[in-house]
Amino acid sequence: MEGTIEKVSIIISKGSLDGVYPGLIMANGARAEGIEANLFFTFFGLDAIHKQRHEHIKMATVGNPGLHVATLLGGLPGMSSVMTHYMNHKMAELDIPSIPEFIEMIADTGAGLYACKASVDLFGLEKNDFIPQVQDIITVGEFYAKAAGGQIIFT
Amino acid sequence: MTTSTIASHDVELNDEGFFVHPEDWTEEMAPEIARREGIEELTPAHWQVVRFMRSEYLDKGTGPTVRVLAKTSGVSVKELYELFPKGPAKVAAKIAGIPKPRGCI
Repeated sequence: MEGTIEKVSIIISKGSLDGVYPGLIMANGARAEGIEANLFFTFFGLDAIHKQRHEHIKMATVGNPGLHVATLLGGLPGMSSVMTHYMNHKMAELDIPSIPEFIEMIADTGAGLYACKASVDLFGLEKNDFIPQVQDIITVGEFYAKAAGGQIIFT
Repeated sequence: MTTSTIASHDVELNDEGFFVHPEDWTEEMAPEIARREGIEELTPAHWQVVRFMRSEYLDKGTGPTVRVLAKTSGVSVKELYELFPKGPAKVAAKIAGIPKPRGCI
């Protein structure tokens, strides 16, 4: 077949529910197609692999016009939790796994999980703060070396 | 669409190599399709997955995705990828003579 994709490196840079899921779905989908995949977590995307935080990823209800909720309402206390709860419920109905379960599954497919060194340093984190599936904390240069010969997707 | 000879039978395959008519498939064709997919020998573990894919398709009209396959067949995601490195649901569906499973997760 012409023009096949053999390898993808997906960067997850956001720490909101809608910022994390697309990259996970693309990585899992790549592996299902037999495409080699690496996930690289940077900035607030690190929350998705953070032991204490990855179970508490929330929907952004402020500055998110796609949600069709007035900005003032979106900022009310508890709004983000309510919307996250609703979204998680809808996803569970469709049998979409939670973020921790999804990441564990993606690691099991053989995809590589990496944390960005600059962000890890910035937030004062260390390897032990992350779930065990994270293989390494790597520099941007090392990321490009791993991504060589494939496509890079930034989310 | 192309016609291909598998185990001395002519069958129609789509552009991705999946059976156009799943009813044309027989078990004796599976080892040859597997070899084309880079799997030299179908072990009992491979067969378990291939037969499961086929029966799910016959029951439900579609083969399961990797996640559903792991949850319902009892074979773990890790094991599935060891058996079918090029994509468990996709490759097992091809070997089982059924259409490519559709589904994003």
